[in-house]
Amino acid sequence: MSEVLVLVDSNSLVDGKVSKPTLELLTIARRIGEPSAVLIGDPSTGSAVETLAAYGAEKIYAVSASDGTDITGYLVAPKAEVLAQLVERTGPAAVLIPSGGEGKEIAGRLAVKTDSGLITDAVDVQPGDDSTRGTPVTTQSVFAGSYTVRARVTHGTPIITVKPNSAAPAQHQGAGAVEELTVTISESAKTAKITASEPRKASGRPELTEAAIVVSGGRGTGGDFTAVEAFADAIGAAVGASRAAVDSGWMPHAFQVGQTGKTVSPQLYVANGISGAIQHRAGMQTSKTIVAVNKDDEAPIFELVDFGVVGDLQKVLPAATEEITKRKG
Amino acid sequence: MNIVVCVKYVPDSTADRHFEEDLTVDRVGVDGLLSELDEYAVEQALQLKEKVGDDSADHMVTVLSVGPERASDAVRKSLQMGCDAGVHVVDAAIAGSDAVGTSLVLAKAVAKIGAESGWDVVMCGMASTDGSMGVVPAMLAERLDVPAVTLGSEVELSADSGGNTTLRIRRDGDTATETIEATLPVVCSVTDQSGEARYPSFKGIMAAKKKPVATWSLSDLGVDAELVGLAAAYTVVEDSQARPPRTAGQVVADDDGAGAHALVEFLASKKFI
Ligand SMILES: Cc1cc2nc3c(=O)[nH]c(=O)nc-3n(C[C@H](O)[C@H](O)[C@H](O)COP(=O)(O)OP(=O)(O)OC[C@H]3O[C@@H](n4cnc5c(N)ncnc54)[C@H](O)[C@@H]3O)c2cc1C
Ligand SMILES: Nc1ncnc2c1ncn2[C@@H]1O[C@H](COP(=O)(O)O)[C@@H](O)[C@H]1O
Repeated sequence: MSEVLVLVDSNSLVDGKVSKPTLELLTIARRIGEPSAVLIGDPSTGSAVETLAAYGAEKIYAVSASDGTDITGYLVAPKAEVLAQLVERTGPAAVLIPSGGEGKEIAGRLAVKTDSGLITDAVDVQPGDDSTRGTPVTTQSVFAGSYTVRARVTHGTPIITVKPNSAAPAQHQGAGAVEELTVTISESAKTAKITASEPRKASGRPELTEAAIVVSGGRGTGGDFTAVEAFADAIGAAVGASRAAVDSGWMPHAFQVGQTGKTVSPQLYVANGISGAIQHRAGMQTSKTIVAVNKDDEAPIFELVDFGVVGDLQKVLPAATEEITKRKG
Repeated sequence: MNIVVCVKYVPDSTADRHFEEDLTVDRVGVDGLLSELDEYAVEQALQLKEKVGDDSADHMVTVLSVGPERASDAVRKSLQMGCDAGVHVVDAAIAGSDAVGTSLVLAKAVAKIGAESGWDVVMCGMASTDGSMGVVPAMLAERLDVPAVTLGSEVELSADSGGNTTLRIRRDGDTATETIEATLPVVCSVTDQSGEARYPSFKGIMAAKKKPVATWSLSDLGVDAELVGLAAAYTVVEDSQARPPRTAGQVVADDDGAGAHALVEFLASKKFI
């Protein structure tokens, strides 16, 4: 069986712990072949190696720079270089990379380097059969979530970026054999570097793209997110925002849901004071259950909802929060 | 300073977008326009030029679009906004190209634009509003063998200690806000957080009529037609399905303050609480 390379970027290691999207990729990889984790950064930190093996990694390529420089301080070019070398050496059945700004960039460069086809933002990947010559088949959601498309790569090594929440991480003990790899970073790759980084403060709430419930606020909050946040906390949700709320400076951009923000697909999405513009829908339309609170009964968001309340969010949410808290006792 | 800004002509995202029988995006039957996200790239390209100084021929912003006949609309709009010259690559063989093919054509066009006096920055949008893969800038950088600084919400030029010019961006990432820089020449992409794009002024619209636009075919670029287009795409769409419309749910009015209770009942019935 062929290897399937899974990129574990240093960004997906938080305090040495492997992030959930990476475990999802390992789970998906095992459907297609033998998962090999490609770990860029220091493998000795924390329990990363054990976790990767526990979720199916047969091999773990631990990558560092030959001259000792910290690869993670440079942008994607060296990471793409490493993957290209591994593709050449192992002839994998596919390369799986987490979707996201950096992941897509690595994937783009890798596709050019290896002369391969690239599929981005897959929400599902299934093994191929004879009709696809064994290449995996991906599912993507396109045109603001209004179409579902199944596609596959027809040339070179399938390079696929996968969205968070595309599979439930499944434990499966792999051998987890560590192989150390060093790479040289070319001078041109070195000129692009991260010169400063200011970590975002943890909100203590679930991660937006991974959360089972997302509660969002828009322009209709008038800038006061207190009611939205209290309601979110009462039901254990992540908090999101429309672009209008982000553009007004009420919430950081990392909370934006939509075409130019995050795509979320939770079990429950609650839109408060959000009109439901196409660009916002693009980021939440595939949520299982949709609820909205909006004082305008003609707001387009109501076309999408399973349940809606026409009313003032500053009244409805606090009352609902109070009742939920009471019920929980 | 020579800046090339890449803009795509896309189907209007508020129109009913759909697929053709061959499962490519219908780019003819739907009204198109300059991708809204590329307007931000035009804006930042113009601002970079304005910052380096005068309006002389030493400083040029050239808008580049690869697309069907009507993509000339996107080129024209960019010229109206203030770009100095336009290049439209149009060739029947390009239809259906994937990102691999598109980035190849763009790279050859950038090289041709820079053939005489070089190029310093290729400015792109964060993603196209139709395919929205957001990979073309990285692919372009790989093909041009230069660094890429992508997803900038702020862009500025500065001189480093070695006398080189660097492009610095701020990127608001998921876990951190980063400052990223690279020495020119670079490929840069900017997000919709980078600042409102200007509207074409009346003067701009008039001036655009006199600006030079080159129309190039694949043979002008020395690109083999076999390498691009649908037949050469490295990916194939197996099938596409319209998402079933959501069936309208229950909407209650909160006239008497009963809305909150109804909401909680609904959430409880679905076992969310
Ligand atoms: C290229 C491009 C990309 C974009 N990307 C995104 C994106 O990623 N995400 C995104 O969200 N948008 C995006 N947009 C913007 C989008 O088009 C809308 O402008 C935006 O989503 C509107 O945000 P909103 O619904 O909060 O505000 P509005 O449209 O102003 O709606 C506010 C709503 O709040 C309601 N309201 C007001 N007061 C109350 C109250 N007290 N109680 C209850 N309801 C109240 C109003 O009835 C109204 O429906 C993009 C636009 C473009 C052009
Ligand atoms: N056909 C094209 N012509 C010119 N620029 C393009 C084209 N396709 C993509 N681009 C540029 O690449 C960016 C990202 O596109 P994409 O990878 O398709 O999402 C866009 O915002 C444009 O700046």
